[in-house]
Amino acid sequence: MSTDSVIMLRRNFKHTVRNPTAVFNAVLFPIVLMLMFVYVIGRAFDVGVDYVDYATPGMIVLAICYGLSATALAVNSDMTKGIINRFKVMDISRGAVLNAQVVASMLTSLIAIAAIIGVAFALGFRPAASFPEWLAAIGLIVVVCVATSWLTVALGLAAKTPESAGMAIVPLILLPFLSSAIVPVDKMGPGVRQFAEYQPFTPIIEALRGLLTGEPSAGDAIAALAWCAGIALVGYLWALATFKRRA
Amino acid sequence: MLDGIDLDVPAGTVFSLLGPNGAGKTTTVNVLTTLMKADAGTVRVAGHDVAAETKAVRAVIGVTGQFAAVDELLTGRENLQLMADLKRLESGEGRRVVAELLERFDLTESAQKLVSTYSGGMRRKLDLAMTLVGDPQIIFLDEPTTGLDPRSRRIMWDIIRQLVADGVTIFLTTQYLEEADRLADRIAVLDQGHLVAQGTPSDLKRQAPGSHVQLRFTDVAELDAAARVLAGSTRDDADLTLRVPSDGGVKSLRALLNELDEHSIDVEEFSVHTPDLDDVFLALTGHANTEVIAQ
Repeated sequence: MSTDSVIMLRRNFKHTVRNPTAVFNAVLFPIVLMLMFVYVIGRAFDVGVDYVDYATPGMIVLAICYGLSATALAVNSDMTKGIINRFKVMDISRGAVLNAQVVASMLTSLIAIAAIIGVAFALGFRPAASFPEWLAAIGLIVVVCVATSWLTVALGLAAKTPESAGMAIVPLILLPFLSSAIVPVDKMGPGVRQFAEYQPFTPIIEALRGLLTGEPSAGDAIAALAWCAGIALVGYLWALATFKRRA
Repeated sequence: MLDGIDLDVPAGTVFSLLGPNGAGKTTTVNVLTTLMKADAGTVRVAGHDVAAETKAVRAVIGVTGQFAAVDELLTGRENLQLMADLKRLESGEGRRVVAELLERFDLTESAQKLVSTYSGGMRRKLDLAMTLVGDPQIIFLDEPTTGLDPRSRRIMWDIIRQLVADGVTIFLTTQYLEEADRLADRIAVLDQGHLVAQGTPSDLKRQAPGSHVQLRFTDVAELDAAARVLAGSTRDDADLTLRVPSDGGVKSLRALLNELDEHSIDVEEFSVHTPDLDDVFLALTGHANTEVIAQ
């Protein structure tokens, strides 16, 4: 990363530290959701394995997506508050501001994910993953964070107001609910099932689940990585183009 | 939106672009500061072509826009330090520059506070201080005093004068005629995307209708009498006023008053008008600068 990106990242860190409510929010909501599904609703689902083992990979992805709304808002308020114009007329690298947002967003997500995994263990989560599978799982989580963060940065840049930036991110937050995160796809009704099967979060969650249960599936992993690459590329190009256009 | 703008700003001077809201001032600044590309024509800033040598232009300019470009979640000191880091000032040098600017802009006491707690005037000062980090040769100030109270405005003017004294070139846009008159070496008047005049403040004032004396009367009879006596005057029957050309000097005023006295004409109200930039604006554009009259 360039020196400009590091300087900008330091700025984003300070923002995160000064706004603990956002981090708290990003950590708390997924945990509440996890407790609700595992304790209250999950017992009603028959997924073939212990529900906490089934739900944890989905909850990790939900935590990533939920944390993105804060990123979209931060990016948008940067654009609308004028500081960006100062950066634009300075001789600094164009991507630095965006790189820093992506990295800061990832770090918040990773904190939330660490919390989720901690809570999962407390609830009886017993993954069968070997050390290399854990590494692969963490790698996949990071890739998902990078991809969704770039898309979020683009959405935040494209939105006219912080409110519409918040709205633009809603589909990304809802998508994991319509995937295999909470119940297996084959238990869903027709229509929803097809949608769930072919949307990006199902292969991502299945790949993660495979790694954590020690039964990795090459097909899911390839599909997951392909989706992430696509999302990251679209997000990156869109973000850069929007950033250059908006004065 | 802009059409046929041809400006030439000598180094080390203050150039003011004057015009009402929507005249195209900010657009002009955006083109000059590489934020927008012009459809046609060439723009050179500090000798560098804005389109071809964007980086070189960015390295020598500083811009303070209409809305304070500060980071509200950082403190005043951190905002300045951020600029010092981005300008790659060596760390000791950076700290020195930051402390100096805080001192100069009277922000030392609030340096550790988050900018979100700053008043409008403090934000503007911090904004300008951030622009000065790295000693830019040319500073663009887009309506630097819009929305400031009179005291903050005066402080801002003093700061701008100090910058010029240090050899910086300033490109200032404003909708306040008084501001351009006080600060600028040269003024260009922009109206609806067109340049309508360019010159020194006194050049422009010369283009306005000359100074005059305005007399107001209580009834038409007095107005008639005065109009007969004073040659070259123009009357306004609705207002019962008479406009008499005059250089505004004591001698000619005394002569005028004596003349009125001799003919026993009663004057209700008497005022001397020297042309200001309001008159210039009116004369040049054919419509009043409503913004300025309103404030």
